[in-house]
Amino acid sequence: MERVIVCIKPVPDPKAWDRLRMDPATKTLIREGIPSVINPLDKQALGAALEIKDAHGAEVVLLSMAPAASQPVLREALALGADRAVLVSDKVFAGSDTLATARILSTAIRRLKPFDLICCGNYTLDGSTAQVPSQIAELLGISNIMHVRQMELGQAGKLLVTQKIEHGSVKLEAEPPLLLSFTKEANKPRYSTFLEILAAEQREIAVWTNADLNLDAGSIGLKGSPTQMADLLVRKKTRQGLRLEGSPEEMAQQLADKIHQLGVI
Amino acid sequence: MDFKLSEREDLLRKSTREFAESEITPRIEGMEESGEFPLDLLKPMAKLGITGLIAPPEYGGVGLGYLARTIVLEEMSRVCAAVSMGMQVHHMAIAALNDFGAEAQKKKYLPPLARGESMGCVAVTEPSGGSDVLGMQSTAELKGDKWILNGRKCFITNSHISDFWLVIARTGEGPKGLSAFIVDKTAAGAKTGRKEHKFGLRGSNTGELVMDNCEIPKENILGQEGGGLGVTLKTVSESGRTGMAAVALGILQACYEEAGKFASERVLYGKPIGALQAISFYMAEIYTELDICRLLCYRASWMKDQNMRFDTESAMAKSYTCDAAARCAKKAIEIHGAYGIMKEYKVQRLLRDAMVTISAGGTGEIGKVVLGRAALAPFQKKG
Repeated sequence: MERVIVCIKPVPDPKAWDRLRMDPATKTLIREGIPSVINPLDKQALGAALEIKDAHGAEVVLLSMAPAASQPVLREALALGADRAVLVSDKVFAGSDTLATARILSTAIRRLKPFDLICCGNYTLDGSTAQVPSQIAELLGISNIMHVRQMELGQAGKLLVTQKIEHGSVKLEAEPPLLLSFTKEANKPRYSTFLEILAAEQREIAVWTNADLNLDAGSIGLKGSPTQMADLLVRKKTRQGLRLEGSPEEMAQQLADKIHQLGVI
Repeated sequence: MDFKLSEREDLLRKSTREFAESEITPRIEGMEESGEFPLDLLKPMAKLGITGLIAPPEYGGVGLGYLARTIVLEEMSRVCAAVSMGMQVHHMAIAALNDFGAEAQKKKYLPPLARGESMGCVAVTEPSGGSDVLGMQSTAELKGDKWILNGRKCFITNSHISDFWLVIARTGEGPKGLSAFIVDKTAAGAKTGRKEHKFGLRGSNTGELVMDNCEIPKENILGQEGGGLGVTLKTVSESGRTGMAAVALGILQACYEEAGKFASERVLYGKPIGALQAISFYMAEIYTELDICRLLCYRASWMKDQNMRFDTESAMAKSYTCDAAARCAKKAIEIHGAYGIMKEYKVQRLLRDAMVTISAGGTGEIGKVVLGRAALAPFQKKG
């Protein structure tokens, strides 16, 4: 295993979600003032890649499509132990849906050839479509396995992958090149050691624009996106009070009926 | 002036915060019950770089500076001040060895300390008092190729969990009659005495060290004979006071967060109590104290990193921050009302922990003696 690519997306910090607001006009998240963090499942993907690095010495390359201001998030991922990073960033990429994003990322990945493995999070916290990893694999013409909870190197360069399914898991044997997307069970948390934080300062974050990728303007950004947001509804949470009357036995019965009626039990 | 922290410092904070929240939080209840320092955390803390934070890389450390140390101790203390306290004293031992140790001593003692394979402590205080350093009664006498130490040290952080002790003892008369020694815990005549049961910083180990005709090799003197006062003052003033201040700063940050959360969640008169002006004023006071203390603590450690003299600034950071942590913990408890004194709520621990920081590492009053001297210096008439 020579090179593992890990896709990283900066997402709004879940701890600050209480402060997240939607722009009713553009139907997008207002990210100003909300710190960005590595998408938690991407951290799992990175953890899996770093385990391969620890055991077999593969080069771990980070890839992210994000605004230029996202460099600190990539620096943090480098401080977890990745070797270098590529930030794909250009205003013409803005508004890309999952397909346009996958076109951009897969083109960047072709520039990073040869690779053995691409590791992604199963989904991102902000978009939650879970479409991009499979689309990247499709565009690259390689296999992909979703819902990966465990991965290890098997015989003859093959990978042994445990995939989570509805009522359990299946074990698969797969041959690189391959794209895997990971679930939250994949790894124990990793912390950036202070030595890695210092070492990460010397590691490269290359910034690639569309001048490097040379994608047709009609295939990226809003223009290249077949899905457009029609409307966005914010769920309103309200508390409803219900006053029960009668003897304790009667009120208990009414409460049980209500719970049953609401389908809670 | 540039008040912005670097990307490195942001990452150190983030990494320590994640570590402390995930790895230290589950152990707090046990520490509160047992009063024991969680020694099993040493290995993961060493892996992260906490134990060897300020030790030079050539001795197995990370080689970071004091601002980095303040941020790391603050973040640990935000979750659990007791563990942070243990580490700040561990750093004191590293600093003293690095500043005053002979090359052979550094090679022998620093790498295991940096790697978390051993722990250290600094023993100055005696039953007769800690502030009156010159009144110290422990003695060291050179007999042949051995020093013979006699005396008792008390209120020593890490006393029962340290593999060696840095002990200050009297080798002569007056200020030049003090010397520093490295005492292995296994040395003949070296014993640990009583283990203290404190009401705060429960998970930080505190106790007595007893030297009863304790024999150590001649080469275990740290620095020059008669240089003990210098070792004490530099170590306490530089790593001790900045470390204590950082521990208190983390407590203060926790006070702010706990009070803020409660004030926003607790509803009275149909709205969160934070909307009541009385509570919002409390919050404003805690918020301001936090900022004052953070600036004081960061400035003092930054000055150390710039090789500037900073004894006044470290005394100011220590005495103000430790007091402020206790003041703000009291306010945070009051914001919580009756919940504030319940063991299930964190704020009561914050007050207990903050109170311990006031007298530890040089009392608040000693800090003010230093500050009073500095404040009046420009007005002193010569002669």
